Amino acid sequence: MTQMGLTREQIARRVARELQEGMIVNLGIGIPTLVSDYTPDGVNVIFQAENGILGYGPIAADESNIDWDRINASGQPVTLLPGACFFHSADSFTMIRGGHVDLVVLGGLQVSEKGDLANWMVPSRGMGSIGGAMDLAVGAKRVIVAMEHTTKTGEPRLVNECSYPLTAGGAVDLIVTNLAAIQVTPAGLLLEELAPGVTFDYVQSLTEPFLIRSANLREMEL
Amino acid sequence: MKKVYATAAEAIADVDHGAVIMFGGFFSNGSPTNLILALAEKGTKNVTAISNNIGLVDRLDILCQNKQLRKFIGAFPFRATSQGRPPIQEAFLAKEVEVEVVPMGTFVERIRAGGAGIGGFYTPTGIDTVAAEGKEERTINGVRYLLEMPLKADFAFIKAFKADTMGNLIYRGSMRNFNPIMATAARITIADVEEIVEVGELDPEVIITPGIFVDRIVKGPKHDPDGFD
Repeated sequence: MTQMGLTREQIARRVARELQEGMIVNLGIGIPTLVSDYTPDGVNVIFQAENGILGYGPIAADESNIDWDRINASGQPVTLLPGACFFHSADSFTMIRGGHVDLVVLGGLQVSEKGDLANWMVPSRGMGSIGGAMDLAVGAKRVIVAMEHTTKTGEPRLVNECSYPLTAGGAVDLIVTNLAAIQVTPAGLLLEELAPGVTFDYVQSLTEPFLIRSANLREMEL
Repeated sequence: MKKVYATAAEAIADVDHGAVIMFGGFFSNGSPTNLILALAEKGTKNVTAISNNIGLVDRLDILCQNKQLRKFIGAFPFRATSQGRPPIQEAFLAKEVEVEVVPMGTFVERIRAGGAGIGGFYTPTGIDTVAAEGKEERTINGVRYLLEMPLKADFAFIKAFKADTMGNLIYRGSMRNFNPIMATAARITIADVEEIVEVGELDPEVIITPGIFVDRIVKGPKHDPDGFD
Protein backbone atom coordinates (compact mmCIF):
# COMPACT_ATOMS: atom_id res chain seq x y z
CA MET A 1 0.00 0.00 0.00
CA THR A 2 1.41 3.40 -0.93
CA GLN A 3 1.40 5.74 2.01
CA MET A 4 -0.83 8.69 1.09
CA GLY A 5 -0.60 12.18 2.43
CA LEU A 6 2.10 13.83 4.45
CA THR A 7 5.65 12.73 5.20
CA ARG A 8 6.84 12.66 8.81
CA GLU A 9 8.52 16.01 8.23
CA GLN A 10 5.30 17.51 6.89
CA ILE A 11 3.36 16.23 9.91
CA ALA A 12 5.96 17.96 12.10
CA ARG A 13 5.65 21.13 10.02
CA ARG A 14 1.86 21.17 10.49
CA VAL A 15 2.21 20.61 14.24
CA ALA A 16 4.75 23.45 14.41
CA ARG A 17 2.04 25.85 13.25
CA GLU A 18 0.46 25.38 16.70
CA LEU A 19 3.53 26.92 18.36
CA GLN A 20 2.84 30.39 19.70
CA GLU A 21 5.06 33.13 21.03
CA GLY A 22 6.33 32.48 24.54
CA MET A 23 5.01 28.93 24.91
CA ILE A 24 6.84 26.34 27.01
CA VAL A 25 6.85 23.21 24.82
CA ASN A 26 7.89 19.60 25.43
CA LEU A 27 8.43 17.29 22.47
CA GLY A 28 8.16 13.51 22.73
CA ILE A 29 10.20 10.89 20.89
CA GLY A 30 9.63 10.16 17.16
CA ILE A 31 7.82 12.60 14.85
CA PRO A 32 7.41 15.12 17.72
CA THR A 33 11.20 15.52 18.00
CA LEU A 34 11.19 16.94 14.45
CA VAL A 35 8.78 19.75 15.35
CA SER A 36 11.48 22.09 16.69
CA ASP A 37 13.04 22.24 13.20
CA TYR A 38 9.89 23.90 11.84
CA THR A 39 9.24 26.58 14.46
CA PRO A 40 7.62 29.43 12.47
CA ASP A 41 9.87 32.41 11.78
CA GLY A 42 9.60 35.10 14.40
CA VAL A 43 7.96 32.80 16.98
CA ASN A 44 10.00 32.29 20.14
CA VAL A 45 9.15 29.21 22.15
CA ILE A 46 11.05 27.63 25.02
CA PHE A 47 11.62 23.90 24.63
CA GLN A 48 11.66 21.82 27.80
CA ALA A 49 13.52 18.51 27.84
CA GLU A 50 12.28 16.36 30.74
CA ASN A 51 15.81 15.19 31.52
CA GLY A 52 16.48 18.70 32.76
CA ILE A 53 16.93 21.51 30.24
CA LEU A 54 14.76 24.53 29.59
CA GLY A 55 15.68 26.54 26.50
CA TYR A 56 17.58 24.15 24.29
CA GLY A 57 18.22 25.05 20.65
CA PRO A 58 18.96 23.06 17.49
CA ILE A 59 20.48 19.57 17.64
CA ALA A 60 24.28 19.72 17.88
CA ALA A 61 25.23 18.27 14.54
CA ASP A 62 29.02 18.34 14.33
CA GLU A 63 32.04 17.59 16.49
CA SER A 64 32.64 21.25 17.25
CA ASN A 65 29.41 21.72 19.23
CA ILE A 66 28.62 18.23 20.56
CA ASP A 67 28.70 18.14 24.36
CA TRP A 68 27.39 14.89 25.86
CA ASP A 69 26.45 16.72 29.04
CA ARG A 70 23.81 18.59 27.05
CA ILE A 71 21.29 16.10 25.71
CA ASN A 72 17.54 16.25 25.09
CA ALA A 73 15.11 13.57 26.24
CA SER A 74 15.69 11.61 23.03
CA GLY A 75 19.40 11.38 23.90
CA GLN A 76 20.52 13.76 21.17
CA PRO A 77 23.20 16.34 21.97
CA VAL A 78 21.65 19.79 21.76
CA THR A 79 22.80 23.39 21.71
CA LEU A 80 21.60 25.95 24.25
CA LEU A 81 19.88 29.26 23.57
CA PRO A 82 20.62 32.33 25.70
CA GLY A 83 18.75 32.04 29.00
CA ALA A 84 18.78 28.24 29.04
CA CYS A 85 18.96 26.49 32.40
CA PHE A 86 19.47 23.02 33.89
CA PHE A 87 17.51 21.39 36.69
CA HIS A 88 17.02 17.97 38.29
CA SER A 89 14.24 15.52 37.48
CA ALA A 90 12.00 16.41 40.44
CA ASP A 91 11.95 20.05 39.28
CA SER A 92 11.39 18.86 35.72
CA PHE A 93 8.25 16.95 36.67
CA THR A 94 7.13 19.78 38.92
CA MET A 95 7.05 21.82 35.72
CA ILE A 96 5.26 19.05 33.82
CA ARG A 97 2.79 17.71 36.36
CA GLY A 98 2.26 21.12 37.94
CA GLY A 99 0.79 22.60 34.78
CA HIS A 100 3.71 24.86 33.92
CA VAL A 101 4.18 23.41 30.41
CA ASP A 102 1.87 24.94 27.78
CA LEU A 103 2.06 22.32 25.07
CA VAL A 104 3.28 18.77 24.69
CA VAL A 105 3.55 16.91 21.40
CA LEU A 106 3.52 13.14 21.80
CA GLY A 107 3.65 10.19 19.45
CA GLY A 108 0.66 7.86 19.46
CA LEU A 109 -0.28 4.24 18.90
CA GLN A 110 -4.03 4.77 19.35
CA VAL A 111 -6.28 7.72 20.20
CA SER A 112 -9.94 7.18 21.08
CA GLU A 113 -12.96 9.27 20.22
CA LYS A 114 -12.84 10.68 23.78
CA GLY A 115 -9.19 11.66 23.49
CA ASP A 116 -7.82 8.70 25.43
CA LEU A 117 -4.20 8.13 24.45
CA ALA A 118 -2.28 4.86 24.18
CA ASN A 119 1.34 5.40 23.22
CA TRP A 120 3.66 3.28 25.33
CA MET A 121 3.04 -0.38 24.70
CA VAL A 122 2.07 -2.66 21.84
CA PRO A 123 0.45 -5.56 23.74
CA SER A 124 1.78 -8.26 21.39
CA ARG A 125 5.33 -7.27 22.39
CA GLY A 126 4.52 -7.92 26.06
CA MET A 127 6.53 -4.94 27.27
CA GLY A 128 6.91 -1.20 26.89
CA SER A 129 8.38 1.91 28.47
CA ILE A 130 6.17 4.62 29.93
CA GLY A 131 8.95 7.19 30.19
CA GLY A 132 7.53 10.63 30.94
CA ALA A 133 4.47 10.23 28.71
CA MET A 134 1.87 9.66 31.44
CA ASP A 135 2.97 12.74 33.39
CA LEU A 136 3.17 14.86 30.23
CA ALA A 137 -0.28 13.78 29.00
CA VAL A 138 -1.83 14.55 32.39
CA GLY A 139 0.07 17.73 33.20
CA ALA A 140 0.48 19.78 30.03
CA LYS A 141 -2.12 22.45 29.32
CA ARG A 142 -2.55 21.21 25.74
CA VAL A 143 -1.71 17.82 24.21
CA ILE A 144 -1.13 17.24 20.50
CA VAL A 145 -0.59 13.74 19.14
CA ALA A 146 1.47 13.40 15.95
CA MET A 147 1.26 9.97 14.34
CA GLU A 148 0.56 7.96 11.20
CA HIS A 149 -3.18 7.59 10.57
CA THR A 150 -3.01 3.79 10.41
CA THR A 151 -0.72 0.98 11.49
CA LYS A 152 1.71 -0.51 8.97
CA THR A 153 -0.94 -3.11 8.14
CA GLY A 154 -3.63 -0.49 7.60
CA GLU A 155 -5.53 -0.76 10.91
CA PRO A 156 -7.01 2.54 12.16
CA ARG A 157 -5.15 4.25 15.00
CA LEU A 158 -8.19 6.47 15.67
CA VAL A 159 -10.50 4.07 17.47
CA ASN A 160 -13.76 3.94 19.44
CA GLU A 161 -11.95 2.59 22.50
CA CYS A 162 -8.20 2.06 22.86
CA SER A 163 -7.35 -1.65 22.95
CA TYR A 164 -3.71 -0.90 23.84
CA PRO A 165 -2.76 0.03 27.44
CA LEU A 166 -3.63 3.67 28.12
CA THR A 167 -1.20 6.49 28.73
CA ALA A 168 -3.94 8.83 29.96
CA GLY A 169 -7.70 9.15 29.61
CA GLY A 170 -9.30 12.12 27.83
CA ALA A 171 -5.96 13.88 27.46
CA VAL A 172 -5.66 14.64 23.75
CA ASP A 173 -6.74 17.98 22.23
CA LEU A 174 -5.52 17.75 18.63
CA ILE A 175 -4.37 14.86 16.41
CA VAL A 176 -2.19 15.48 13.35
CA THR A 177 -1.68 12.49 11.06
CA ASN A 178 -0.35 12.00 7.56
CA LEU A 179 -3.96 12.41 6.36
CA ALA A 180 -5.66 15.02 8.52
CA ALA A 181 -5.79 17.40 11.47
CA ILE A 182 -8.54 16.37 13.84
CA GLN A 183 -9.75 18.09 17.00
CA VAL A 184 -11.08 16.15 19.96
CA THR A 185 -14.34 17.81 21.04
CA PRO A 186 -17.04 16.83 23.53
CA ALA A 187 -19.23 15.90 20.52
CA GLY A 188 -16.55 13.67 19.00
CA LEU A 189 -13.69 13.88 16.53
CA LEU A 190 -13.92 17.02 14.40
CA LEU A 191 -12.10 16.78 11.07
CA GLU A 192 -10.78 20.28 10.40
CA GLU A 193 -8.06 19.88 7.78
CA LEU A 194 -7.23 17.38 5.04
CA ALA A 195 -3.76 16.65 3.69
CA PRO A 196 -3.44 17.72 0.04
CA GLY A 197 -5.12 15.21 -2.31
CA VAL A 198 -6.97 13.39 0.49
CA THR A 199 -10.78 13.29 0.74
CA PHE A 200 -13.07 13.25 3.80
CA ASP A 201 -14.43 9.86 2.77
CA TYR A 202 -10.94 8.41 2.48
CA VAL A 203 -10.00 9.58 5.99
CA GLN A 204 -13.32 8.25 7.32
CA SER A 205 -12.67 4.86 5.71
CA LEU A 206 -9.45 4.56 7.75
CA THR A 207 -10.95 5.87 11.00
CA GLU A 208 -13.06 3.74 13.35
CA PRO A 209 -15.27 6.41 15.01
CA PHE A 210 -17.55 8.66 12.95
CA LEU A 211 -15.83 11.90 12.04
CA ILE A 212 -17.66 15.20 12.30
CA ARG A 213 -17.10 17.31 9.19
CA SER A 214 -16.02 20.80 10.20
CA ALA A 215 -18.08 23.66 8.77
CA ASN A 216 -14.68 25.10 7.91
CA LEU A 217 -13.14 21.92 6.42
CA ARG A 218 -10.07 22.94 4.43
CA GLU A 219 -6.85 21.75 2.88
CA MET A 220 -3.97 21.80 5.31
CA GLU A 221 -1.55 24.69 4.96
CA LEU A 222 2.02 23.49 5.21
CA MET B 1 34.85 11.00 58.52
CA LYS B 2 36.91 10.39 55.45
CA LYS B 3 34.74 10.28 52.34
CA VAL B 4 37.29 10.09 49.55
CA TYR B 5 38.04 6.57 48.25
CA ALA B 6 40.96 5.74 46.01
CA THR B 7 39.13 3.39 43.67
CA ALA B 8 35.56 2.55 42.66
CA ALA B 9 36.16 -1.04 43.82
CA GLU B 10 36.95 0.17 47.36
CA ALA B 11 33.99 2.54 47.36
CA ILE B 12 31.55 -0.31 46.64
CA ALA B 13 33.37 -3.07 48.60
CA ASP B 14 30.44 -3.62 51.02
CA VAL B 15 27.69 -3.81 48.39
CA ASP B 16 26.45 -7.32 49.15
CA HIS B 17 24.24 -9.77 47.30
CA GLY B 18 20.61 -8.66 47.30
CA ALA B 19 21.43 -4.96 47.56
CA VAL B 20 18.84 -2.41 46.44
CA ILE B 21 20.75 0.20 44.44
CA MET B 22 19.70 3.48 42.83
CA PHE B 23 21.60 4.52 39.71
CA GLY B 24 21.45 8.11 38.47
CA GLY B 25 21.50 9.06 34.81
CA PHE B 26 19.34 9.68 31.77
CA PHE B 27 20.72 7.69 28.86
CA SER B 28 24.43 7.69 29.76
CA ASN B 29 24.32 11.35 30.81
CA GLY B 30 24.90 11.48 34.55
CA SER B 31 25.31 7.72 34.78
CA PRO B 32 27.83 6.51 37.41
CA THR B 33 29.67 4.38 34.87
CA ASN B 34 32.79 3.74 36.96
CA LEU B 35 30.69 2.41 39.85
CA ILE B 36 28.60 0.24 37.51
CA LEU B 37 31.75 -1.29 35.99
CA ALA B 38 33.14 -1.92 39.49
CA LEU B 39 29.90 -3.65 40.51
CA ALA B 40 30.07 -5.82 37.39
CA GLU B 41 33.65 -6.72 38.31
CA LYS B 42 32.70 -7.49 41.92
CA GLY B 43 29.90 -9.77 40.75
CA THR B 44 27.26 -8.83 43.33
CA LYS B 45 24.12 -10.88 42.63
CA ASN B 46 20.37 -10.42 43.10
CA VAL B 47 20.61 -6.68 42.75
CA THR B 48 17.46 -4.57 42.60
CA ALA B 49 18.31 -1.68 40.28
CA ILE B 50 16.32 1.55 40.57
CA SER B 51 17.17 3.63 37.51
CA ASN B 52 15.39 5.72 34.90
CA ASN B 53 16.71 3.54 32.09
CA ILE B 54 18.76 0.46 31.36
CA GLY B 55 20.64 -0.15 28.14
CA LEU B 56 20.17 3.35 26.72
CA VAL B 57 23.92 3.71 26.20
CA ASP B 58 24.25 3.53 30.00
CA ARG B 59 26.23 0.47 31.10
CA LEU B 60 23.60 -1.17 33.31
CA ASP B 61 23.09 -3.72 30.54
CA ILE B 62 26.30 -5.37 31.72
CA LEU B 63 24.70 -6.24 35.08
CA CYS B 64 21.86 -7.84 33.18
CA GLN B 65 24.19 -9.77 30.87
CA ASN B 66 26.15 -10.98 33.91
CA LYS B 67 22.88 -12.15 35.52
CA GLN B 68 23.46 -9.87 38.51
CA LEU B 69 19.96 -8.34 38.41
CA ARG B 70 16.92 -9.67 40.22
CA LYS B 71 14.62 -6.71 39.63
CA PHE B 72 14.54 -3.43 37.74
CA ILE B 73 12.39 -0.44 38.75
CA GLY B 74 12.31 2.50 36.35
CA ALA B 75 10.57 4.49 33.62
CA PHE B 76 12.45 3.30 30.56
CA PRO B 77 13.41 -0.39 30.77
CA PHE B 78 12.50 -1.29 27.20
CA ARG B 79 13.06 0.43 23.92
CA ALA B 80 12.18 -0.17 20.30
CA THR B 81 15.25 -1.17 18.36
CA SER B 82 15.96 -2.77 15.05
CA GLN B 83 19.10 -4.52 16.31
CA GLY B 84 17.76 -7.51 18.20
CA ARG B 85 16.50 -7.46 21.77
CA PRO B 86 18.58 -5.73 24.45
CA PRO B 87 19.61 -8.00 27.40
CA ILE B 88 16.95 -6.65 29.79
CA GLN B 89 14.20 -7.55 27.32
CA GLU B 90 15.53 -11.08 26.86
CA ALA B 91 15.87 -11.47 30.63
CA PHE B 92 12.34 -10.14 31.23
CA LEU B 93 10.76 -12.43 28.65
CA ALA B 94 12.70 -15.38 30.10
CA LYS B 95 11.34 -14.36 33.55
CA GLU B 96 14.87 -14.01 34.91
CA VAL B 97 14.40 -10.36 35.87
CA GLU B 98 11.30 -8.75 37.35
CA VAL B 99 10.49 -5.32 35.89
CA GLU B 100 8.38 -2.57 37.47
CA VAL B 101 7.64 0.19 34.96
CA VAL B 102 6.93 3.51 36.69
CA PRO B 103 5.91 6.81 35.05
CA MET B 104 8.98 9.05 35.16
CA GLY B 105 7.46 11.85 37.23
CA THR B 106 6.07 9.34 39.72
CA PHE B 107 9.43 7.56 39.78
CA VAL B 108 11.41 10.64 40.78
CA GLU B 109 8.76 11.85 43.22
CA ARG B 110 8.74 8.44 44.96
CA ILE B 111 12.50 8.78 45.40
CA ARG B 112 12.12 12.38 46.57
CA ALA B 113 9.53 11.20 49.11
CA GLY B 114 11.85 8.41 50.24
CA GLY B 115 14.65 10.89 50.87
CA ALA B 116 12.44 13.55 52.42
CA GLY B 117 10.70 11.39 55.02
CA ILE B 118 7.33 11.57 53.29
CA GLY B 119 5.07 8.54 53.74
CA GLY B 120 3.47 8.70 50.29
CA PHE B 121 1.74 11.18 48.00
CA TYR B 122 -1.21 11.57 45.65
CA THR B 123 -0.57 12.11 41.94
CA PRO B 124 -2.95 12.42 38.98
CA THR B 125 -0.48 10.55 36.76
CA GLY B 126 -1.55 7.02 35.85
CA ILE B 127 -5.28 7.31 36.61
CA ASP B 128 -7.25 4.78 34.48
CA THR B 129 -4.03 3.05 33.37
CA VAL B 130 -2.16 -0.08 34.41
CA ALA B 131 -0.12 2.17 36.72
CA ALA B 132 -3.25 2.47 38.89
CA GLU B 133 -3.60 -1.27 39.53
CA GLY B 134 -3.77 -2.10 43.22
CA LYS B 135 -3.40 1.52 44.32
CA GLU B 136 -5.68 3.64 46.45
CA GLU B 137 -7.55 6.26 44.44
CA ARG B 138 -8.78 9.45 46.03
CA THR B 139 -10.60 12.51 44.68
CA ILE B 140 -9.34 15.81 46.07
CA ASN B 141 -11.05 19.05 45.01
CA GLY B 142 -12.64 17.21 42.10
CA VAL B 143 -9.39 15.74 40.76
CA ARG B 144 -8.68 12.01 40.83
CA TYR B 145 -5.33 10.96 42.29
CA LEU B 146 -3.40 7.76 43.00
CA LEU B 147 -1.54 7.09 46.23
CA GLU B 148 2.11 6.40 45.46
CA MET B 149 4.63 5.11 47.99
CA PRO B 150 8.21 6.21 48.64
CA LEU B 151 11.26 4.47 47.20
CA LYS B 152 14.43 3.98 49.22
CA ALA B 153 17.60 2.03 48.66
CA ASP B 154 20.59 0.54 50.42
CA PHE B 155 22.96 2.40 48.10
CA ALA B 156 22.69 5.29 45.65
CA PHE B 157 25.31 5.28 42.91
CA ILE B 158 25.36 8.81 41.57
CA LYS B 159 27.44 10.87 39.18
CA ALA B 160 28.54 14.48 39.60
CA PHE B 161 31.02 16.81 37.97
CA LYS B 162 33.01 17.98 41.00
CA ALA B 163 33.04 17.15 44.69
CA ASP B 164 34.85 18.73 47.57
CA THR B 165 36.21 16.40 50.24
CA MET B 166 33.10 17.02 52.41
CA GLY B 167 30.94 15.58 49.63
CA ASN B 168 29.39 18.82 48.40
CA LEU B 169 28.59 18.29 44.73
CA ILE B 170 28.15 20.32 41.59
CA TYR B 171 26.99 19.01 38.26
CA ARG B 172 27.54 19.92 34.64
CA GLY B 173 24.79 20.39 32.05
CA SER B 174 21.98 17.86 32.01
CA MET B 175 23.95 15.24 34.00
CA ARG B 176 22.05 16.41 37.09
CA ASN B 177 18.79 14.59 36.27
CA PHE B 178 18.02 11.96 38.98
CA ASN B 179 21.33 12.26 40.83
CA PRO B 180 20.56 14.97 43.42
CA ILE B 181 17.27 13.27 44.34
CA MET B 182 18.73 9.75 44.59
CA ALA B 183 21.53 11.13 46.77
CA THR B 184 18.93 11.74 49.50
CA ALA B 185 17.15 8.39 49.42
CA ALA B 186 19.74 5.71 50.20
CA ARG B 187 21.43 4.49 53.36
CA ILE B 188 24.81 5.05 51.67
CA THR B 189 25.34 7.41 48.73
CA ILE B 190 28.44 6.99 46.58
CA ALA B 191 29.39 9.71 44.10
CA ASP B 192 31.41 9.02 40.93
CA VAL B 193 33.00 12.39 40.09
CA GLU B 194 35.39 13.84 37.53
CA GLU B 195 37.30 16.01 39.97
CA ILE B 196 37.77 16.29 43.75
CA VAL B 197 38.73 19.66 45.22
CA GLU B 198 39.59 20.86 48.71
CA VAL B 199 36.93 22.17 51.08
CA GLY B 200 36.29 25.82 50.36
CA GLU B 201 37.02 25.64 46.67
CA LEU B 202 33.37 25.20 45.63
CA ASP B 203 31.25 28.35 45.74
CA PRO B 204 28.53 27.73 48.38
CA GLU B 205 26.07 29.56 46.13
CA VAL B 206 26.27 26.92 43.40
CA ILE B 207 26.44 23.66 45.36
CA ILE B 208 23.51 21.49 44.23
CA THR B 209 23.90 18.46 46.52
CA PRO B 210 24.87 19.33 50.10
CA GLY B 211 27.60 17.07 51.42
CA ILE B 212 25.45 15.59 54.18
CA PHE B 213 23.73 13.45 51.53
CA VAL B 214 27.02 12.02 50.25
CA ASP B 215 28.94 9.30 52.10
CA ARG B 216 31.65 8.32 49.65
CA ILE B 217 33.39 10.01 46.74
CA VAL B 218 35.57 8.46 44.09
CA LYS B 219 37.23 10.13 41.14
CA GLY B 220 37.03 8.38 37.80
CA PRO B 221 37.28 8.96 34.07
CA LYS B 222 34.40 10.47 32.12
CA HIS B 223 32.63 8.13 29.71
CA ASP B 224 31.01 9.79 26.70
CA PRO B 225 28.89 7.67 24.39
CA ASP B 226 30.05 7.05 20.84
CA GLY B 227 26.69 8.19 19.60
CA PHE B 228 22.96 7.61 20.08
CA ASP B 229 20.27 5.70 18.28
